[in-house]
This record gives sequence, structure tokens and C-alpha cells, in this order.
Amino acid sequence: MDLVENAVGRLVPTEIEGRKLRPFQGAHADKGGGRTAGALIRAASDYRNKLLKSLDDAIDACGIKDGMTVSFHHHLRDGDYVVNMVMDKLARRGLKDLVVAPSALFPCHEPLVRHIEKGVVRRVEGSMNGPVGRACSLGKMKSVCVLRSHGGRYRAIQDGDLHIDVAFIAAPAADAHGNANGVYGKSACGPLGFALADSLYADKVVVVTDNLVPFPCYPWSIQGGNVDYVVQVDAIGDPARIVSGTTVITRSPTRLLIAKYAAQLVVDSGIMHEPHFSFQAGAGGVSLAFVQFMAEHMARAGVVADFVRGGSTQYMVDLLNQGLTRYILDGQSFDLAGVQSLRDNPRHIETNPFVSYNYHTKGCFAQMVKVSVLGATEIDLDFNVNVNTHSDGWLLHGIGGFTDAADAEVTIITAPLVRGRVPIIVDKVVTVTAPGEMIDVVVTERGIAINPRRKDLLQRLKRSSLPIVPIDKLYRMAIDMTGQPEKPTFTERIVALIEFRDGTIIDAVRQLVPKT
Amino acid sequence: MAEKIQVGRSDKSDLLLTIERRTRGGIRLDLVSSVAGTFGQQIRATILSTLEALGVRHASLTVDDRGALDHVIQARVEAGVRALWPVEGLGVWPERRIKRRQVPKDRLRRTRLYLPGNNPDLMLNAGLFGADSVILDLEDSVAPADKAAARVLVRNSLLAVDFGAAERIVRINPLATEFGAADLEMVVPAQPDTILIPKCEAAESVLEVEERVAALEREHRLRYQIWLMPLIESAKGVLNAYQIASASQRVVALCFGAEDFTADIGAERTVEGKESFVARSLLVLAAKAARVQAIDTVFSDVADVDGLVKSTEEAIALGFEGKGVIHPAQIEPIHRAFAPTPERIAHAQQVIAALEEAERRGAGVASLGTKMIDAPVVARAKRTLQLAKALGLID
Repeated sequence: MDLVENAVGRLVPTEIEGRKLRPFQGAHADKGGGRTAGALIRAASDYRNKLLKSLDDAIDACGIKDGMTVSFHHHLRDGDYVVNMVMDKLARRGLKDLVVAPSALFPCHEPLVRHIEKGVVRRVEGSMNGPVGRACSLGKMKSVCVLRSHGGRYRAIQDGDLHIDVAFIAAPAADAHGNANGVYGKSACGPLGFALADSLYADKVVVVTDNLVPFPCYPWSIQGGNVDYVVQVDAIGDPARIVSGTTVITRSPTRLLIAKYAAQLVVDSGIMHEPHFSFQAGAGGVSLAFVQFMAEHMARAGVVADFVRGGSTQYMVDLLNQGLTRYILDGQSFDLAGVQSLRDNPRHIETNPFVSYNYHTKGCFAQMVKVSVLGATEIDLDFNVNVNTHSDGWLLHGIGGFTDAADAEVTIITAPLVRGRVPIIVDKVVTVTAPGEMIDVVVTERGIAINPRRKDLLQRLKRSSLPIVPIDKLYRMAIDMTGQPEKPTFTERIVALIEFRDGTIIDAVRQLVPKT
Repeated sequence: MAEKIQVGRSDKSDLLLTIERRTRGGIRLDLVSSVAGTFGQQIRATILSTLEALGVRHASLTVDDRGALDHVIQARVEAGVRALWPVEGLGVWPERRIKRRQVPKDRLRRTRLYLPGNNPDLMLNAGLFGADSVILDLEDSVAPADKAAARVLVRNSLLAVDFGAAERIVRINPLATEFGAADLEMVVPAQPDTILIPKCEAAESVLEVEERVAALEREHRLRYQIWLMPLIESAKGVLNAYQIASASQRVVALCFGAEDFTADIGAERTVEGKESFVARSLLVLAAKAARVQAIDTVFSDVADVDGLVKSTEEAIALGFEGKGVIHPAQIEPIHRAFAPTPERIAHAQQVIAALEEAERRGAGVASLGTKMIDAPVVARAKRTLQLAKALGLID
């Protein structure tokens, strides 16, 4: 296997299992320029009755064979039943070497590990979390997995790098024609945007619902014109684990301090007062606290954001209802308040990775976001970020929207300096998920590091009382507390590729030699 | 002496250690760690070197580590060893040492944050939240069975944890209990800034602590004197407050503990604090008469910020200069309540300017307008400016 050094100094393959690979050249070096893949075109006359009696009938109708690629989306999160339901049926049919292409996986998908061990699943493309990631680290997949961001997944499907044979779309509400949304029914989860590319480009599309409604099911996040079959099942998921009643702000004083620093930085840098102010923050405890602190700053200063970017939560919804933002642009809902607001408030807008995150387009709004607040497992002295592997080498997380959201004007990583004795600022990250050139600020409880490339930010924060220090000082502080961590041991065998949002290879994950 | 003991906790930043005495077979170590992949070897080496330094050659250990730092690992191993073997001398001190200078006697003490002495996770970041003082507690927040282990952990934390600008106070157990003297012997060599004397009822209690502290300072050649802070928590203590406050030049402040006080007088503790109003006022008078600070009790409802601010404002009105804090979220509201108004800052600046001008002119008396500036006015002005500076209100 030929390896070349890419723009972040990582040795990556140029070809793997017959697929030609391009090494990462820089965050904005790739200019696209290809044409989009096309879905098979069929005649409407063949689709007079799409409603099938069972999932088995749908699998039969789709003609799934060994080696095919089946896809899923993750809006039902840890409450999802559909991935396991479908994969168990495919396994019982004795199918082998399938490629599973989910937008994300959760701990509830642990049964996939059994299918991987038995050869039903050859590899995963898209996202690996928890147990499935662990199996990948141990080299249990027959072929090399590919990890992509949400925008990267859309791009890969659109560009033809990831061809989906059959897409299974879990829908909290759908009609017999295949129009579907996520805002009605017992399994309401909010937007269904992550399944949009699947519905547009897969050869066969199956909508699986536990809430069949009379035509027309509107709003139609998924349009019936892109759907082959509809199946009604008893339950597509466990409502209690699809969304929580409420997402809860962190009570950890340390994490609150990190969130406070991040919000203060947005104020002190003057960004909050700039025209077209907008921001994005996730559903983690620090992010929620950041949103709440921003709300206080904005209310005090009379600032209204052009938009805030979900995952929506109660805290985002409060911003909208208090008039502190004009819109929520929402990719997924993390709690019931988010789902209800998306359903009831016309200024809470459902989005999908084509408009929000895709790099090969005529523009996406990731680059319009002023401030993006993201988490990480490691950040190194070059500001490279790892969100996939832990410091001990285990591949435990997908990329989510990380590399896409990092295209914001100011990307802030919030993380404790030390997490369970493990330093978060390291000399070199185990795996590069995003290049340092995209990361502008690292906020920890013991200091804030600004990427030296952002001279403008350093200048703007000169009078700030925030504890701004060089990143190597944070590194020394962490090592001083914890001691020097041991590096993980890997074999030469590549088990997964970390694909950047433009389709180039930013890093490769090797098989881990576990330490006892 | 026991043959087997368990110390520590299966908790974040800590470890649970079971150690058993053996007469042969060397050291048998069974280690499970949440950070085995990154620190497994170092943890093993720290445990073994601590045992070696303490002279333990045969033992069986089971360790369930949840990311404990080296000074915590050492403390847990040493506590286990101390329970099963006699240990001479100071034990094993952590390699990492934070350098400290003596804190001024009259420093700001608006907030004193209580930290349970047996919880390393809470201590780790305690210096980040801006509390004027942190209290590593060996008394009420530590169960009797954990006191010996907490004592070693507190000593190691004094040496290895960076508490930032906060004054490092240790609350010992009363000397009348079986724990108090051992607390002092363990923690004083690690040079805390201040010892908080609980349930202090008479000047003799202060003198007894002072005597032991002074002896330990001499024995271990400490670089500076340790301050004392009596905690008044009973009717008798209130009535003896002035004698307590003036018992030693090391006393920097009198603190009030409402929980024990109300129990002592047989009253219910209320939000309004009527039951302790007289006691708190007497305590302020005693402290001021002895020229030391008066610090109020804790406000125990962490969620009630309005109540906390109200309680702080009342304490300020009574003459208190600080409050106890049980959660970092209480620090900022208390500091805000203590913040001087712009008018007070401007007046204080005028007072100091007038004083400097009088000194320049060689005048014996300074005045502002038609009013003479006497010593209390100057002291108050200096205090106001000190507060304003601490809050970043002036350069």
C-alpha cells in the first residue's frame, strides 16, 4: 500500500481496496467541479401502491443481495429500532458482506457488532460510535471503514463516492405515498434532514413508519416522489430515548466556567455586536450553558442574532421566543421543546446537510455562521483536532457535523484541560479529524488559546481580562498536572479512513493493540 | 492492627484501594484503571514506589482507579499503609510542589469555599472560581472512618494542587477529639495558610492550637507562620468571642457557624436568621474590638441566588467582611454584593489623594472639604479601594 504525507503531515494511503484516494491538501484547497450522481429514474405508473405489508416484503421488493450498501439515518438517536430491526432480518436471510452507511450510530446499535463478527456486515461508512467503533479498532471489519462528517456524507452520496443500494428511512409520520416528516406521532424526533440525500440518490428508498397518516403528510421533509416503498411497523423507536423531555445544563462549576469564558470571548472580541451575528452550539452541557450565557449577554446589550443553528434544545427555543434570534435553523432536535417548536413556530426552520454543510455546492450556510462552539477529545499544538479516537487509541466517535461546522468565521473548541486525568491539549493528536487551520480558539477552564493565525482576534482581545495564553502553555499546565501520557500502540493495518468534508483523506486509523 | 483495609472511593479523579498485609510473596498488584491506556505504567510505578518509600515489601493490593492524579494515588496508598503498618516520619510527599507565599493577615476574605477533605475531584479545580479562601475540611464533611485517609489527601493536596490566589485553609477536628492533634501533625508540615478551629468556645482552645502549630513550625522549619481562624458555633463561643479573637496575634478572623449554633441554643435555623441575629452582632463586635475580621456563616440553599444576595447584604450591614460558600456558583453573587458603589470608590480615592497631599505638605492632619480625615476613614477608604481593585473596577 502506497502512503503519502498529506497537508497535516499524516501518512495516508493513495488507494485502498480498489478505490483511488486523494490526500488532504488544505481546508479549502479542493474545488469540486464534478457532476452529481443520479438516482435511477422510474415511471410514476409503476408506483400506484407503495404500501407493503411488512419489512420483509420491502426487503424482498428491494432485492437486497450480498455486498450491497444499506443506509440509515440517526434522528431517532439512542432510541432507534430500525437499524437493528432491518439488519437482524438481513442477517436471518444469510446475507453477507453488506456495507452499512448510517449518518450516525448509538450505543443501542451494539447488536451490529454481532453482524460484523459473523460477516453479515463488511464495513461501515459514515459514522461509528461506541461499541461499533470499538469493534473497528479491534480490526473486526473485513474491509476498511470510512468516517465522514454529516456534510461529507451528503457530498459523498451526491458525488457518487458512496452509492446506496437501499435506504431505510425511519419516519415518525408518513403517508402511503411516502411523504414523511419527523414532527408528528409518538416517535416525533424533529427534522429528517440527514435522510434527504439517501432519499434523493439511493436506488431504492423504503420509508418505515409507526404513524401512517392520510395523504398528504405535510410538511414533507421526505417527498413521496423519491420513495419506492412504505412499511408500517408497531414502533420505530423508544420515545423516551429518541428525545429527552429536557436537555439539562451542566452543573459542573468547571464546565460552567468554560462556557462563561467562551461567551465572554464572543462579547469581548466584538463579534456579538457585528452585523449578521449568528452562532451554533450543540446539546452538550457546556454548549447549553454557552447558549444561556449568550442569551444573558445579548439581552443586556439588546442584540438579536440573525439566526442560531440547532440541534435545537429548550435553550435555543427560549432564544427564539424571547426575540433574541430571528430564526433557528435546525438539523436535529435534542429535546421535546425543540420538536414542538419546529412543528409550531414558522421561524424554526428545518434544514438538511445540503443547505447547511455540503462542501461541493454553490454555497452552504456553515460558512455564514459567525461563531461555532464545538467539543473535542484532543487538540494539539498545531490546533489540529481529534473527535474520533481517544488518547488511548480507541475509535469511539463519529465526526458528526464537526468539520462542517468548523467552517464558521470563528470556531471555538470548549474542553476541560484534563478529562479524567487525560490531558486534552497534547503535542500531537492521535487522529486528525479537522486541520488546525479551521480552529481559531480553544477554551479551557485554565486558559484560552487563540490560534496565532488569527492575529485579528488576538488584536481584538488585547484589552480583554480573559486568561489568554499560548497553547503550549496550556499543554505544559496539563502535563504538569497529569504527567506524560503513554502513546497507544497500533499495528500497520488501516481499519478506517477519516475523510475530510471535501472527500480527501485527512487521516487513517490503524488497528489498536489494546493495553490491559 | 488490622490485616486488610479499603481506602479511597470509586469516584472521578479518585481510586478505591484494598490493601492487605502479607509476610512474604512481595507486592501483588491488581490494577484496573479508566486511563490504563494512557497512564497504566505510571500509575503502577507510583503505587510501587510509594510502597517502597514506606518500607512495605509484602502486600496484596487491588486498585480500581478512575483517573486519580499522582498525589492522590500516593495519598491513598500511604493512608492504606498507615492503617496496617507503623509509619515513621513525614510519609511520601508528592513530587509536584506549588510554591506559596504567606497571605497577608488582613487580606480579602469575602468568600471561603468549603471542600470535603476526602474528595480529590472537587479540590482539583477549586482555585479557579475566584474564592478568596478555600477550606479543605477534615471535620464535618468527612466521616470518622475516612478521617485518616482524608488527612493524607489534604496534606498532599496542599503541596500539589494549585489553588491559585486563594488562601488555603484547613478545618481540623477539635483537639478534644481523637482526630484533632493528628490532623495538625499531618497538615502543618505542608504549610497551609490558615487553620480553621471548629467549635471554638474559649481562648484556651486557640492557645492550644497555637502552641501545637508553633511547635510543628519549628520542628519542620516552616518558612512562615500559619494564621488561625476560630469558628464560633455555640452560645458559649459567642459569649467568649472577644477573648477568643484576642487570644493570639495569629487570629485573623472570627467565623460564625449557624448550623451548630442553632442546634446548640435549641432553635430552628430560618432563612431570615432571626435566631442568630444577636449572636452574629456580638461576634462582629468582638472581632472588631480585637481588630480582626468577622466572617458570616454559609447560605445553604445553592439554588436561591436572590436569598444569597439578601443574606450577604444583611451580613455586610451587620459588619461582616465575608461569607461561607458551599458551591462555586455562590462566589460571584457574594463578590457582587461586596462590590463598592462608584460613589464610594470616588470618595475613597479622594480621601487617599487628600491624605497623600497632606503628607507631601508635611501637614499633621488631612481634610476633605470641611471634614477631617481620621484613621478609621482612611482604613475604610483603603478597604474600599482594595475591594474595587480585586473586582477589576479600578486599575
